[in-house]
Amino acid sequence: MDRLPRWADVALVPFVSLTLAAIISALVIIAIGQDPWEAITVMVEGSVMNAYGWGYTLYYATSFIFTGLAVTVAFHAGLFNIGGEGQAQLGGLGVAMALLFIPWPHWTIALVAAACGAALFGAAWAAIPAYLQAKRGSHIVITTIMFNYIAASLMIFMLVDVLRPPGKMDPTTANFPEAAHLPSLNEIPGLNLIFTSGVPANVTFFIALAMAVVVWLLLWRTRLGYQIRAFGKSEPAARYAGINPTRIIMVAMLISGGLAGLMAINNVMGEAERLLGNSASGAGFIGIAVALMGRNHPVGVVLAALLFGFLFQGGAELGLWTKIPIELRTVVQGLVILFTGALDVMVRMLLVRIFALFRGRKLEAA
Amino acid sequence: MDYATLLQILDSTLRLATPLLLACLAGLYSERSGVFDIGLEGKMLTAAMCAGAVAFYTGSAWIGALAGIAGSLVFAAIHGVTSITFRGNQLIAGVALNFLASGLTVLTAQALFGQGGRTPPLTGAARFGELTLPFADALRPVPIIGPLYADVISGHSILVYLAFAIVALTWWILYRTRYGLRLRAVGENPAAVDTAGVSVKGLRFSAVMITGVLCGLAGAYMATALQAGFGKEMTAGRGYIALAALIFAKWRPVQAMYACLLFGFFQALALRPDVVESVVQFKVPVPFLDALPYILTVIVLAGFIGKAIPPRAGGEPYVKER
Repeated sequence: MDRLPRWADVALVPFVSLTLAAIISALVIIAIGQDPWEAITVMVEGSVMNAYGWGYTLYYATSFIFTGLAVTVAFHAGLFNIGGEGQAQLGGLGVAMALLFIPWPHWTIALVAAACGAALFGAAWAAIPAYLQAKRGSHIVITTIMFNYIAASLMIFMLVDVLRPPGKMDPTTANFPEAAHLPSLNEIPGLNLIFTSGVPANVTFFIALAMAVVVWLLLWRTRLGYQIRAFGKSEPAARYAGINPTRIIMVAMLISGGLAGLMAINNVMGEAERLLGNSASGAGFIGIAVALMGRNHPVGVVLAALLFGFLFQGGAELGLWTKIPIELRTVVQGLVILFTGALDVMVRMLLVRIFALFRGRKLEAA
Repeated sequence: MDYATLLQILDSTLRLATPLLLACLAGLYSERSGVFDIGLEGKMLTAAMCAGAVAFYTGSAWIGALAGIAGSLVFAAIHGVTSITFRGNQLIAGVALNFLASGLTVLTAQALFGQGGRTPPLTGAARFGELTLPFADALRPVPIIGPLYADVISGHSILVYLAFAIVALTWWILYRTRYGLRLRAVGENPAAVDTAGVSVKGLRFSAVMITGVLCGLAGAYMATALQAGFGKEMTAGRGYIALAALIFAKWRPVQAMYACLLFGFFQALALRPDVVESVVQFKVPVPFLDALPYILTVIVLAGFIGKAIPPRAGGEPYVKER
């Protein structure tokens, strides 16, 4: 198969995939008897046309940046981490452990503690599947799926039987102390001129952006990153070059799990300010779509996370103002994963044909 | 725990094991042919919605089941085209199909019935009725065996018996027919099958389609036999438990039946925490029982109870040599 020019590979392939996903989504909306134009108008107006909408779009995008980066790091090591959902839930538990029992004096210190807890718990949850993959050859996809379900059960147990305050009916923890409150974007001097009403997006957004830079540095500017990518490209070659497979699998998965866990400082510490059941609410899975669409590059991940943030906030608006159920988001998510992840070859083959056609014409003209 | 309670639990074990078994056998065909399928869940869910909706309109559980199979086959075809024709990543395709199914079923059910993504409750012939096996009442007075036959083995819908018949059929196909030999071979060494002049793509497509049919039955059972109608996310991870059972059984049909019965037994126990507590003498958290199939599967995958080795060519698209 002919190679595509670099710009087409980086920009055109995802664009075509996305367009295909959008066309099919529009067909689905028509099939259920609704108007796709109305749908896109409602989505745009509710998510990016005013500061309030942006406050939600950025909030969702923050979570998706973390989980997208998590999937990305694992992908570069040739590992498909479907366990982001469970790792993010465990990250929530880590945040709760860090904030419930110690009265931190200021939110900055609390944030450091919570971030450590979140990353530690998320990484720990990824450690077992990683060890089993590295040492016993158990397929990481299957073990991480199993660990998602085990995490869900564990969280129900922790919330119902352990962390629930006495006398309360709901399976949630107590509220975190007031001092651990993270500033929302409307509480930050300067930004409060733009965000005039309370929004869920908070300082974690900037941490997410910083993590994207860190991941880029790690993967493309460090020896470890080079080893991870070499291992992902070809395990035998990496082995031959003296790279220790066990170490790479463990390290890549620990970083991946840690990033997924870090998401919890956005939703658990920043928004809910207590640990709720099913805290990750699907963001771990969206990380898969975000990483695939972002072509496993931090810049792509941030852009894809913004797009999914828009989709999430816009989808919620659809559920509020139109007859289109909120589950449309799940359909779009599935379509994006299908086209950017699984049908990648089809899109490429299509583009290669089109490019060949153009080149043929040029030759004839010459 | 008395005998009557045990019988009750065994009875619900059979009910709950059936959808697992059908989905597990479904996965067996696909994975034995070398196509990993983590989209069993989505196919079941689609089938449940189609079966529930069509059974409601036609009033016939059988036509509903056919619709369920048709819906599941559409998803199987997408999986086949993606992972066999276009050599896409089979795992990612499965993940995508699960999300598609999760969203599309609710959208469709909401558009058709406007009841929050459910189908209306099914009654009468729109559900599969319970069959009473011959002599069930006559044998009931016989001690021990009588109630076991009358209350546990008899009195299920025809799909339950069909599922167990398919275990035998699958064993026969897999180990006693030419198709089965080729199916096992194409999952281990597709190049050899290709050299022998048999189409790798054809074999894999046929296996993926059988997977679609069996997932269709599993979904139809969920909506029109186990429960009365389709509900949002009603399969609740059963596709993944079936996948776990398949690994637990090391991709073999008879062992798959035992694994599904075991996991069905756990699900039945999770419904009766009082019984568990009286047997083991301390309080076992229900979430632990829910998580048991997954924990056991991880232990098996880790190789602590015999090693689970998947079909060798599984997950790899086949590229013909030129």
